[in-house]
Amino acid sequence: MRYLPQTDADRAEMLALIGAASIDDLYVDVPRSAWLDGPVDLPPHQGELQVERAMAAMAGKNLHGGNAPFFVGCGAYRHHVPASVDALIQRGEFLTSYTPYQPEVSQGTLQMLFEFQTMVAMLTGMDVANASMYDGASGTAEAVLMANRSTRRHRAVLSGGLHPHYREAVETYARYGDFEIASQTLVPDGVEDLASLIDDSTSCVVVQTPDIMGRLHDLRGLAEACHAAGALLVVVVTEIVSLGLVRSPGDMGADIVVCEGQSIGNPMGFGGPYLGLFATRDKYVRQMPGRLVGETADSDGKRGYVLTLSTREQHIRREKATSNICTNSGLCALAFTIHLALLGEAGMMRLARLNHEAAQRTAERLATIDGVTVLNESYFNEFTVRLSRPAADVIDALVERGVLGGVPISRFEPDNGELADLMVVAATEMTTVEEIDALGNALAEVLS
Amino acid sequence: MSDRLYSKDHEWIEMDGDIATVGISEHAQEQLGDVVFVELPDIGRSLSQNEEAGVVESVKAASELYAPLAGEIVEVNETLVDDPAQVNADPYGNGWFMRVRIDDTGQLDGLMDEEAYQEFLAELE
Amino acid sequence: MTMVTSSGHRGLVMDEPLLFEQSAEGRTGVDLEAPEGRPLKLGGLEREAPIGLPGLSEPQVVRHYTRLSQKNYAIDAGFYPLGSCTMKHNPRLNEKVVRMPGFAMAHPMQPQQTVQGCLELISTLAHWLTTMTGMPGVAMSPAAGAHGELAGLMTIRAALTDRGDARKRVLVPESAHGTNPATAALCDYKVESIPANERGRIDIEALKEALDEDVAALMLTNPNTCGLFEDEVVEVARLVHDAGAFFYADGANFNAIVGRVRPGDLGVDAMHINLHKTFSTPHGGGGPGSGPVVLSEPLLPFAPLPYVVVDGEGWRLVEHDDTGKSFGRLRSFHGQMGMFVRALAYMMSHGSDGLRQVAEDAVLNANYIMARLKGAYNAPFPGPCMHECLFDDHSLKDTGVSTLDLAKAMIDEGFHPMTMYFPLVVHGAMLIEPTETESRQSLDLFCDSMLHLMERAKAGDAEWFHNAPYLAPWSRLDETAAARRPVLTWKPAAETNRAV
Repeated sequence: MRYLPQTDADRAEMLALIGAASIDDLYVDVPRSAWLDGPVDLPPHQGELQVERAMAAMAGKNLHGGNAPFFVGCGAYRHHVPASVDALIQRGEFLTSYTPYQPEVSQGTLQMLFEFQTMVAMLTGMDVANASMYDGASGTAEAVLMANRSTRRHRAVLSGGLHPHYREAVETYARYGDFEIASQTLVPDGVEDLASLIDDSTSCVVVQTPDIMGRLHDLRGLAEACHAAGALLVVVVTEIVSLGLVRSPGDMGADIVVCEGQSIGNPMGFGGPYLGLFATRDKYVRQMPGRLVGETADSDGKRGYVLTLSTREQHIRREKATSNICTNSGLCALAFTIHLALLGEAGMMRLARLNHEAAQRTAERLATIDGVTVLNESYFNEFTVRLSRPAADVIDALVERGVLGGVPISRFEPDNGELADLMVVAATEMTTVEEIDALGNALAEVLS
Repeated sequence: MSDRLYSKDHEWIEMDGDIATVGISEHAQEQLGDVVFVELPDIGRSLSQNEEAGVVESVKAASELYAPLAGEIVEVNETLVDDPAQVNADPYGNGWFMRVRIDDTGQLDGLMDEEAYQEFLAELE
Repeated sequence: MTMVTSSGHRGLVMDEPLLFEQSAEGRTGVDLEAPEGRPLKLGGLEREAPIGLPGLSEPQVVRHYTRLSQKNYAIDAGFYPLGSCTMKHNPRLNEKVVRMPGFAMAHPMQPQQTVQGCLELISTLAHWLTTMTGMPGVAMSPAAGAHGELAGLMTIRAALTDRGDARKRVLVPESAHGTNPATAALCDYKVESIPANERGRIDIEALKEALDEDVAALMLTNPNTCGLFEDEVVEVARLVHDAGAFFYADGANFNAIVGRVRPGDLGVDAMHINLHKTFSTPHGGGGPGSGPVVLSEPLLPFAPLPYVVVDGEGWRLVEHDDTGKSFGRLRSFHGQMGMFVRALAYMMSHGSDGLRQVAEDAVLNANYIMARLKGAYNAPFPGPCMHECLFDDHSLKDTGVSTLDLAKAMIDEGFHPMTMYFPLVVHGAMLIEPTETESRQSLDLFCDSMLHLMERAKAGDAEWFHNAPYLAPWSRLDETAAARRPVLTWKPAAETNRAV
């Protein structure tokens, strides 16, 4: 078997040196009743060719962003990743290396993470960022926990515009961590008044921009209201590319910023692994969960990097840790960093602008169709339309015409009838004029 | 021989009237290693005996600081914010953490004197 | 003192500054079309301040990250004897298949009829995992092992609440991985530690004393973090169940028993599996991981969302809970699909016969190391061990050399250090896990080096150890300075980063 180097001769000699008659002797501590006599009932080993074929058969059953006109967003986006990114992340020294606990032999990972932390802080307009979380949703839950710790309060207010998966994740952590959540309902037409919900038991207000419908929000007033009451403002950004064109959360008074970083460097990949970005102000740094990389020097005075402030973490604090997190999203963070390094300031800003223009073209085309109303006054690369039929049915009908339209909000909120005719449509730098035409034509047909 | 008294948590106390100065012992700073950060309680806070008062962090460990005696925090050693290394260099002098006004000197009876503390340490080995 | 060159490079090992120190304004490494220049529809929220990102061309970026990669140790390059980490070979077939567009370019919120292949893959992997573990079901969505522990405990808490029996305490052995008590605390449980007995296993008498109607669960790693199989595990499970509690198993050490023992046969109620350990998904310098949790019959109704079911028409993703029993969602979307594809490719490659051989070779390799080293190194618990072997620092007593010093000296010998100071139940712990990936020659070279280092320590050469490593690209780094004055981001020249 190609992954196993030991030969039968090796095994026999090694057993002899150990002083065991057979491998069974080494399993002597396992209760006899639990021994499996032979391999379990699953297929035996296969060569690469067979495995590839089986995988290709499953992969071949899917429509996706490469073989159909594609407008799906809501927290994961189809973007183009330059070829260098994948080539570099597949270098064995990155792909197959361990967590950098031994800094002398991990400076590749550590320096990259220092660059990553710096660029996340730059994009979000904050002082400091960690070395990544699992995804935006779990990061948001951790942000609420952090706000609770920092303010010593136990009630968080969640905007109705927050991605429903994110809201559900926070609610789960709250139910089991014994703190309160006041979740607001999505208001498709009209403005939320979150400031009126803040009182002296509020640890934080969590708000997303662009929100689940793609609307952009000026949070400066809300930030002031939070701070006046001693609460923190947590801002969530699910499309990181938006920060190439839109005012940063740090610039609007955020105390903690959580983003989904998938859009840069990482494929949609049917939902994971993704990349949680987490940033905050200097004064809260010791309350921040997750790994942190800091600068230092070695005994020759050479600049280097190490994991630091680890005493907050599980392996030292155990039940008093800031979180239970062990892994970060290392390889995804690497892909993000390399892609962002290639884009640079000029590339990132241009990429964002291209995204916004693609969404404008798409919105303009859809607005001409009978039965479609574009609801957003503002958007980055994603907007919501109201349809003359239930959106979920429309999406299925579009599939029959080979088009992957947007996401029906009813998929997230099946019980809220008021949201049933809403569809969220995303466009990016990859969206072509042909795709927009295909969507427009198909939609016109379906709604006629 | 000093007038210092010690708690089982390896903290020391020196009395001056009704004010107790509190720090951690030589043994404790050695066990912790290089101290990198100290979280001190707020002045004015009232603590009961053995209540958690703060945290001492080194590179490899973090230890709670407890109030060896009940009382009110009247002073904390702000210099430890910029120079936590003093805890290692001078644990009984410049490495002090906080000063507590205690209400009940009877609590001192529960603490160990120098000799008793050294015996306590020997038993731990 | 190391030789100094004028460039700062040293032969093939290049000195590489930060991205920000090589930046030029306006420069970029991508060619994007020019925008049309339409008026913006951002509601007046256009960015006014620059971001501050650096500007480099493609060759500069490629060279930068290539040079950085050369400063990393990796399994592709050498042995990682890290106990509890299962640093095994990461096959490139897995990388090839995960990049198939049908997986890579599928979006999690596409209509389900358009992603049946993805759902089939998740379902197939779930079947392999439940069959290997002998459990009726599995929650696939947790993003990593610790996340899986959280899912497991939340499932347990949901089950107890449902039967009107909310309990407040979770028992965790002293030797447990730090994530176990941290996870229990996140679930608002009070954590109680159970000591080990002199054989390195959980102390049954102490367990009996601690078990009562207020205990929700015992979290046990088996094989445990001392590398030993908990031989009384069936009795442990019985005691836990008799007290009305649940048995949570930390599956980090599954590599020792995969294909030889099924946790379901031992009375386990929930166990997370680290796909990045037993099932070879790459560690990637710290992640991502994936931590599916296998669940017993009583716990299944409470499993987190979402999950995949098979019905007459194909595969279906269940995202909303009509039963009211699921404890909810822990993350966005469906799970670490990229790790699922890799893990399934690995499992299919090995097959059930190969996976059983994996466990046997892993256990053989660890016992081989133990047999070769135990004369010179002190093993606190008599063998046989499972897939990892544990030594303490008794043999270093009076040498002036610590476990840490020894570890740094291993770097010069070309090995990543073993796991140090864990588990906490022995002094100066050294936990060594070879995995089945290491050949006999690789193990012999490692053992020879370890024996040589111990001889050198005993010969009184403490000073040499204190300043190791000498041959790594960096010498020992000052972690104290990093923690005392944290510098966590690069800042432009005005607020210069200190080098020391």
